[in-house]
Amino acid sequence: MRKYFGRKLLIYLLTFFLAVTIDWLIPRFMPGNPVANMLARVSVNSTAASVMQEYYTHLFGLDLPLWQQYLNFWANLLRGDLGISAYLFPKPVTQVLMNAIPYDVALLLPAILLSWLAGNNFGAVAARSKWLDNTVSPIGYILTATPYMWLGILLAWFFGIILDVFPIAGAYSFSLSPTLSWKFIGDVLLHWFLPFFSLFMVQFGGWAIGMRNMIIYELEADYSHYLEALGAPRSLIRRYAFNNAVLPQLSGLALQLGVIVAGALVTEVVFSYPGIGYLLLAAIQNQDYFLIQGCFLFIIIGVLLANFVIDIVYVLVDPRTRRGMTGEAA
Amino acid sequence: MKALKQKNEFLYFALRNRKLQIGLGVILFFVLLAAFGPLLTDYEPFDYVNPTGPVAPSSKYWLGTTFFGQDVFTQVVMGLRATFLIAILGSGIATLVGMLLGFLAGYRGGILDEIINVLTNIVLVIPTMAVLLIIAAYLQVRSLTMESILIGLTAWPWAARAIRAQTFSLRTRDFVDMARMSGESSFKIIFSEIAPNMMSYLVMTFILQFGGAILNAATLDFIGLGPTNAISLGLIMQYSMMWGALQFGMWWWFVPPGLAITLIVGALYSMNVGLDEVFNPKLREM
Repeated sequence: MRKYFGRKLLIYLLTFFLAVTIDWLIPRFMPGNPVANMLARVSVNSTAASVMQEYYTHLFGLDLPLWQQYLNFWANLLRGDLGISAYLFPKPVTQVLMNAIPYDVALLLPAILLSWLAGNNFGAVAARSKWLDNTVSPIGYILTATPYMWLGILLAWFFGIILDVFPIAGAYSFSLSPTLSWKFIGDVLLHWFLPFFSLFMVQFGGWAIGMRNMIIYELEADYSHYLEALGAPRSLIRRYAFNNAVLPQLSGLALQLGVIVAGALVTEVVFSYPGIGYLLLAAIQNQDYFLIQGCFLFIIIGVLLANFVIDIVYVLVDPRTRRGMTGEAA
Repeated sequence: MKALKQKNEFLYFALRNRKLQIGLGVILFFVLLAAFGPLLTDYEPFDYVNPTGPVAPSSKYWLGTTFFGQDVFTQVVMGLRATFLIAILGSGIATLVGMLLGFLAGYRGGILDEIINVLTNIVLVIPTMAVLLIIAAYLQVRSLTMESILIGLTAWPWAARAIRAQTFSLRTRDFVDMARMSGESSFKIIFSEIAPNMMSYLVMTFILQFGGAILNAATLDFIGLGPTNAISLGLIMQYSMMWGALQFGMWWWFVPPGLAITLIVGALYSMNVGLDEVFNPKLREM
C-alpha cells in the first residue's frame, strides 16, 4: 500500500511540476508580447498605461535572465501570489479565484457524486432486463455524446425561456444581496439547479452505459458461471458482478475528471454562473493572462486533489490494493 | 486462406449489425452534407444575407438566419467541414502517437516502458482542456490545423495505455517468438505480427478519439478559443449565446450545430459498440 501511494504521489508531484512549468513557459515562448496584448484591451489613459506596462513587464519578470524568471515564478507561486488581474484590476488573481471556487465546488461535487452513484445503479438495473436495456442504452449513448454546453443551452431554453420556471443567469438574483435568509437560499438553489442538472445528465448517461457494459462482461466471467453452476441465487451473482464492476468505474471517474471539469467550464459560461469557467471566458475576452494562468493552475490542483481522493477510496474498496497486491496498474 | 474466411465472417456480422448500420448511416449522411452542402447554398457563412436580421427557418433560409442575418444552414455545413477536418487530423495524430508509444512500451518493456508509463500517467492526469486553454489563449491567430494538432497532441495518453496493455499480452505469444527467432526486426514484428492482431482494437481506439476530438474542439470553440479565421459548430453556438439567441428565442441558431455534434458523436459510439459485437463473438447474442 505504501508503494501504491508512493507511486501515485510521485506522479502527482511530477504532474504539478510539469503543469507549473507549462504555465511559466507558454507566455514566454509564444509569439507576440503578452504585456502589450493585455494592455491593448484595457482602456486607460496613456500615463496609466505606461505605468502598467512597466509594472507588468516587471511582474512577468521579462527583464531578468530566464533561470531567474523561472525560480521567481516558483517563489511567487509558493507564496500564493499569482499576480494581479488586469480585468478586475487591482484585485489579486488568487483572491478572484478564491471567490469563484465555492461555486465550482457547489456545482461539481454533487453533480459528480450523484451522477456516478445514480448512473452505476441505473446501469446495473438496465443490464438486468432486455426491455430496459433496449430503451435506456440508446438514451445513455445520446446523453454521453451530447456536448455539455448544448444540453445546458437546451435546458436553459426550455425551462428558462419557454416554461419560465428557472432563472438562466447568475448565482442569485440581482435584486437580492447575500444574506442568510430562506428567501436568499431558495433563490441560490433555484439558480444552481439547471447548471447542476445539465452536468448531472451528461455524466449520468456515461456511467449508466459503462456499468451496463461492465456487468455484462462480469456475468460472462468464470466466477459467475461457477456460481451459477453451484445454484447460487441470481441476486447474489448480480451483487458480485456489481462489486467487481464498480472498481473500473472508479478508475474511470479519475480518468473522466478532466472532461467533467471542461464540461463545468462551458456549462458555467452558458448560465453565466460565477465559477472558474465564467471567469475564464471573461479573462480570455479581456486577454487577462494572469487570470488565465491562475485558472489553469487552480484547475490542475483541483483535478490532482480529486485524483488523490479517488486513490484513497480505491484502496478502501479494493482489498487487493490494501493488502499490497497490485490491483490497479499505477 | 483462413484469414480470408475470417474476414468474410467479420463482414457477414458487420453487415447485419444494427448498431453499426445506424452509426455508419448517420456518419455517411453528415459526411455527404459536409461535402455537398456548400453547393446547395448561394451564401457565404459570414455574409449578411438577410437585411432584416434574424428570421425563423423558411424555404429561403433553410435553418433561418442569425442575429445579423447570416444564413445558419451555410454556417452549419461549413462548420461540419471544420469539425470533420479537426476530428480526422486530431484523432489521427492522437492515435499515431498512442500507437508509437504503446507499441514501444509494450514490446520493448524495461526502462523504456517505465519512462513512457510515467509520461503517459502524467499527461493522463493533466486535464487536457486546461492545457489546450492556456496554449490557445496565447495564440493571437488560431487556425483549424493548429487546433487539431493541439488536440491530437494532448489526447493520446489513454490510447497509448490501452495499446501498451494489448501489445504486452501479445508479445510473448508463439507466433511473435517465431518471428523474433527468424531474425525479423522489431519494427517488422510490431507492424506485421502484432498490429494486425489488434486491428479491431486500433480501429475502435481511432473511432473513440474521433468523437473525443469533436467534443474537445467544440468546448474550446465555445469558450472563445476556437479558430479565428473559420466557422465551426462550436463557434456557431458561442456566437448564438453571445448575441442573446436564448433571450430572443432564436432556437434555430443554437439547436442545429449542437444536434449535429450530438448525432455524429452518438453515431460513433454506436459504431463502436457494433464493432465490438462484430469482433467479439461473446457479445453477439445480446
